[in-house]
This record gives sequence, C-alpha cells and structure tokens, in this order.
Amino acid sequence: MKKLTKILSLLLIAAMLLAFAACANTDTNDTTDPTTTADSSSTNPSEISSETLKVPDDFKVGILHISSVAIQSGYTWAHHKGFLEMVSTLGVKESQIVVKDDVPDNDVTKTKQALQEMVDADCDLIFATSYNYMNTVKEFADEYPDVIFSHCSGYLSNDKNFNNYFGRIYEARYLSGIAAGLKMKEDGKKIAGYVAAMNNQNAEVTGGINAFALGIQSVLPDAEVKVKVTGSWYAPEQEGAAAQALIDAGAYVIAQHCDTENPQLKASDGKVFGVGYNTDMTTEATKNSHIIAPIWNWGVYYTEATKAVINGTWKSVNYYGGTKEGLIGLSPLNTAVAAKDTQTAIDAAKAKILDGSLIVFDKGLTKADGSIIDHALTDEEITGKIDYYIKGVSLL
Amino acid sequence: MKDLVHITKRPERSALSSLGLIAAALGLAIVAGGVFIALMRQNPLEVYAAIIKGAFVGSKRDPFSAIKSTVILFVPLLIVSLGLSLAFKMRFWNIGGEGQMMFGAIFATFFALNYSHLPHIVLVLLMFAASVVGGGLWGLIPALFRVKWSVNETLFTLMMNYVALYTIEFLQAGPWKRTPGFASIGSFDANVQLAKVGGVHVGWILALVLVVIVTVYMSRAKQGYEIAVVGESKATAHYAGMNVKKIVLRTMFISGAICGIAGMVQIAGSDNTLSTGLTGNAGFSGITVAWLAQLNPFAVAVISALFSILEKGSKTIPVDVMSKEAANVLQGILLFFFLGAEFFRRYSIKINLPQKQVRHIQKEEEHADG
Repeated sequence: MKKLTKILSLLLIAAMLLAFAACANTDTNDTTDPTTTADSSSTNPSEISSETLKVPDDFKVGILHISSVAIQSGYTWAHHKGFLEMVSTLGVKESQIVVKDDVPDNDVTKTKQALQEMVDADCDLIFATSYNYMNTVKEFADEYPDVIFSHCSGYLSNDKNFNNYFGRIYEARYLSGIAAGLKMKEDGKKIAGYVAAMNNQNAEVTGGINAFALGIQSVLPDAEVKVKVTGSWYAPEQEGAAAQALIDAGAYVIAQHCDTENPQLKASDGKVFGVGYNTDMTTEATKNSHIIAPIWNWGVYYTEATKAVINGTWKSVNYYGGTKEGLIGLSPLNTAVAAKDTQTAIDAAKAKILDGSLIVFDKGLTKADGSIIDHALTDEEITGKIDYYIKGVSLL
Repeated sequence: MKDLVHITKRPERSALSSLGLIAAALGLAIVAGGVFIALMRQNPLEVYAAIIKGAFVGSKRDPFSAIKSTVILFVPLLIVSLGLSLAFKMRFWNIGGEGQMMFGAIFATFFALNYSHLPHIVLVLLMFAASVVGGGLWGLIPALFRVKWSVNETLFTLMMNYVALYTIEFLQAGPWKRTPGFASIGSFDANVQLAKVGGVHVGWILALVLVVIVTVYMSRAKQGYEIAVVGESKATAHYAGMNVKKIVLRTMFISGAICGIAGMVQIAGSDNTLSTGLTGNAGFSGITVAWLAQLNPFAVAVISALFSILEKGSKTIPVDVMSKEAANVLQGILLFFFLGAEFFRRYSIKINLPQKQVRHIQKEEEHADG
C-alpha cells in the first residue's frame, strides 16, 4: 500500500514536471513564459542538476499543514504538491522529510506538539503553511535559532531564522475575474458570489475579492460581487452553505477564498458557474460549471528556499512572488464552459500585468463608500491594509 | 432457559490477581497489535521499538527532547485524572473534565492578559487561584442541579464541556482577540510563562504534589472518608448523619478545581495562550485513566505515564514506517485490551452451553475415560 502510494506520487510529480516542460516548449515566444522571465535564482527544474546541488544526508525539511494531505485538492494540496515538487527536484530522500498534517491552526496545543516533533526530528528547515500558526512559529523561532522557520501568509518575522512567504495571488484573481465577467456578460447576468474565509479585516481575503471584482468590472462595468464570510480558512460545511446562499441570492458565478472545493460542487449542483482557488478545480464533478481557478505553484518557492538553506545562502527576507516568478498562475481554462475569446482576453491582460502597464490596484479606485483612493496601493498596503471593499462589492 | 452468555459481577480480585490480569492484557495487547502491524507489512518489533524510541529518545540537539514532550502530555492528564477520580469515588459521573479544565484556563487567562505586569510569583498564584475558582464553579453547577433537582449529572457535565469550548471561541473572536485578521488571543507576556525545572515547566512538580495531597485526602482525611461512604451508599451516609448534599457539592467543587488547575498549567506552562485545543482530550482520556487505576492516585500516576508514552510514541512513528492513521488504529487496539482487563477485573463471564450438547460432551468424556 505504502509502496503504491509512493509510486503514484512519483508518477504524479513526473506528470506535473512533464506538463510544465511541455508548456514551456510551446510558449517559447511568449514573454509570460516563466523560464524566460525568471531571474537568475530561477528554480526551473532543468537548471538544478544533481551535480550543482548535493543534499547532505543529515539535512531534514518539514512542513506543517492545516488539513489532510490525503485530500487532493484545495489549499493544503497546493502546498503539498509544491513541497513534493521540491523534494523530487532537489533529490531529497523520503527519510529526510517530516510531514505533519491535519493540525488545526486555532489549536495551539496541537500546533506546538507538531512543531516540537519536527524540531525534535532534527529538521533544519520548517515550512508552516497556515496563517494562525504565526504566533507559535515565532516562539519556536526564538527558542531554536539554528532552525529556519518559513511561515506562509502572516506578517511576523525576524532577521535571523524566521521569514514569511506569500504571493500576488490578486493578479491571478483579477485575471479569473475577466473570465467570470465574460461569462456573465455572455449570459446577461450581473451578480457574482464570493465565499470568503475572513471578513474585511483580513487584507489578503479582502484584496482578493476586490481584485476579482475589478477583473469582472473590466469587462462588465456595472457587475456586482456579493460576499459571504465563513469565518474559517477550512470549514467544509460552511463553505458549501455559503455558496448555496449566494446562489439563492442570484449569483451566476461562484468564486472562493477558502480551502475546499465545496463551493464549486454547490455551483455545479445549482447549475451556475464557478471560479475555484488553489488547485485546478475543473474535475469530473465540476466540468460543466468550473471555468478557471487562480492557483499557486508553491514548488517555485519551496525549491528556491530549500536550495538556499542547503547552500547556506538563505536570508531572512520576506518572499512575495507573483505571476512573473511563476508562483502565481491560472488553471487551464475550461473552454467547454468559458465564454468565447476568454483566453485571448486573459492573455492580453496578463501580458499587461507582466510589462507593468496594468496595475491591479491602480490609483483612482472607488471604495464601496464612494471615496476615491488617490494613489496606487503599495505592497505594504496590499498585504496588510486593505480593509474595505470597492464599489460593486457588498456583503450578502 | 439460561442465557448462553451470562455476565456476573465478581467479588473483588486480590491485588495479585489484578496485577496478573493487567499483565495478561498487556501481553495480549502486544500480540494483537503485532498482528495488526504484520498485516500492514511492517515488522512489529520495529514499530514497537519506534514507539518507545519516540517517547524517550531525543534529538541530536537535545537528548531529552522526547522525554520532555512526553512529560508535557503527562502533566495535564495526571492532574485531570486525579480530579475526576475524586468525583468517581463518590459515584458521581463527572464527564466534564474538559470543560472544567477550560474554565480554569479561562479564569487564569483573565489575569494573564490583564495583570501581566505583576511580579511573576504573584501573577502565577493569582492565576492558580483563579483556575481553582473557575474549574470549581464549572464542577459545582452540575452538582447543584443534581442535589436540588436530581438532574442527570452525566449529561449535564458533558454538555458543560461544549459551553466551555464555545466560550473560548467567543473570547478568541471577540473581547480577547489580540491577533489582527484572525480569531486568536495571541501569545501571553513572557512574564506569564511558568518557570522550567529540569527542562519542563514546573507543572510536573505540582502534579506529583497533587498525587500525594489527593492520596492523603482520600485515605486520611475525614472528608475523604465521607466521599467513599457516599459513593458506596447514600443511605448509609444519611444514617451515619452525614450531610450528603454538602459532601456532593464540596467534592464536585474540588474535582472541578483540580481539573481547572490542569487547564491553567497547560496554558501557562506549555501553550502560552488560550486556545480551544488546550485540553488535548485529557478530560476524556482521564476518565479511562481514573478507572483503570481503580481511583488510586499512585496508580493514576502510573497509568497516566503509560498513556502519555503510548500517545507520544505512536505519534512519532516515522511516516515511512507507519502512517498516522495506522498508528491511531494501533493505539486503539492497545487501549482496547487494557479496557478489557478492567472489565474482567469486575465481571466474570459464564458460558452456558445448551444442555443437550453438554450431555453429549459428557458422554464423549465418559467414553474417553472408559
């Protein structure tokens, strides 16, 4: 059984790498291709051969997940896929990785136990993938200065052994908004729904909603986005229920910022359309409803960071990658349900984001209360200060 | 006609016989667990070694790291089990250890958040007193309903667990929210952290002291005797002129208070914050521990230690040896046999074969003899 799982995951990784290579080959003329635009610290697998990087036998790397890695879609799976990509790219052995999953990030007792177990297993580098592990990770970083802690999506860090990593997912959300907007326009609908894990006090979620709305409004100016908050990153039941409430309120496309694919299943059941998140959510169950999903290619960061730790070049600097680095992307467009010419529109906007001519949070944004922002948002504002919805976005 | 299987309560086993039973259970547990491991195509000896290693063998950085983690699991479990055994001695079904632990922690957190500027020792004593009051009140409420209106205490104490759990959620998301963007109280001030003795927070000393105190209280104090009498028979207690209501209320306050202390020790010693997972299920595991130990405080300490070793060890089995889920099943199998031993300590099973068959067998025996 174990062996089978192992073989399957290796096959999966191989398939992913092949797909990656295939994309790279067909897109060689496209400036958006990650292999041509990535900088010198690029993590293109072909550049890292076993000659250039020797993983020491006593090196160990751990990862802490909020939900189970056995569920092969959604937030945790996106991270774990990236982690496995790093493992296979760098040639890290199975005995050198420690995976702790199903550790709720609001349960500090369990979080501590899991982190302690990873430290005690002599991990040199520990990734913690959920926001609310943050305080506990900080305590561990202070207590174990010789272990490197890398925490996803928070705001705490230190200058020695504790950094943050995250990315410009709002870029992909904007692009997915274009796909949603075109679909709504084609069918003459005006309302999209958004299942949000957190309320407007969370800048990551709120910025994502605004970016999605801006994408829609770029093709359908008077469109509305209704938001339903679940209050938890991972709440399978509530996520489905929130999507249903939005559908009942007339939402024609269901987008989401939460960990499971349940909103997409509800969209499919309710005969409306959907924009997923984290992983490609076009599955057998959603093939008639799911249009496109903003996705994370966490392997880009995990490979870069792990390589740096092994080489001794790791610095405690916060990482904030985007479309340019290949960290952020979109799942393949489901052309069976997408509106005509969606891919062309997305490609055009993506090219503009890459060459800098399109700034998602540019100056002149109108907030829901009617006030206008007089400057383009800085990274600091995007990651920590967006606590307002823009015009056209409202709570259900 | 007699039942095929007849279960009867048996007279108390002698200590030696009980010990033998436990040894037999241990042996059977290891064998059954071994079969399961073999079915998972692993070497049983290797897995058992991994459990022991996980509970005791530390890391390169700190050779005692595993033992420390095991002790951290052991401390709250031991304290809660002691608290529960007081109530059980009185035959009061306190299933509310979880909630009492949480309320002790909630009361203590009030001081941790608002009075962290006080000298450490004063602050810790305040938190300790608060946890006694918090846990005690949470135990007293169901006891009050029990003596006033004969409300079933099993359900009541169980339900109180959920009230406590959601109270913590409410505090995390509302009045005590300290982390922007997420419902979390955030880390306590460094001044709150309990001092470490031998690498583990001072709670372990407190737990061992409590073992002695509870032993003395149960076997030497008049109040302890009263608890035992009420537990054996309320009528007897009445005839002896005891105030049963008062005894029930007092004992449940103490039982809850001890559980509350466990909560305070967990948040100030280990978690350094208040979160919903603080009990680590000790309030429920403690029920098993208390009964397996036959409510004897020293035995409670031993069984708690065994539980903690099993818990820590099976959690640390490397993934390439055994999956987390399989490790959980293994833990369940081992526990099952211990609980089985407890059953056989109290009851005996008689199997009544149908008469005909018996006669038949007897005949065969006669033949064999002839």
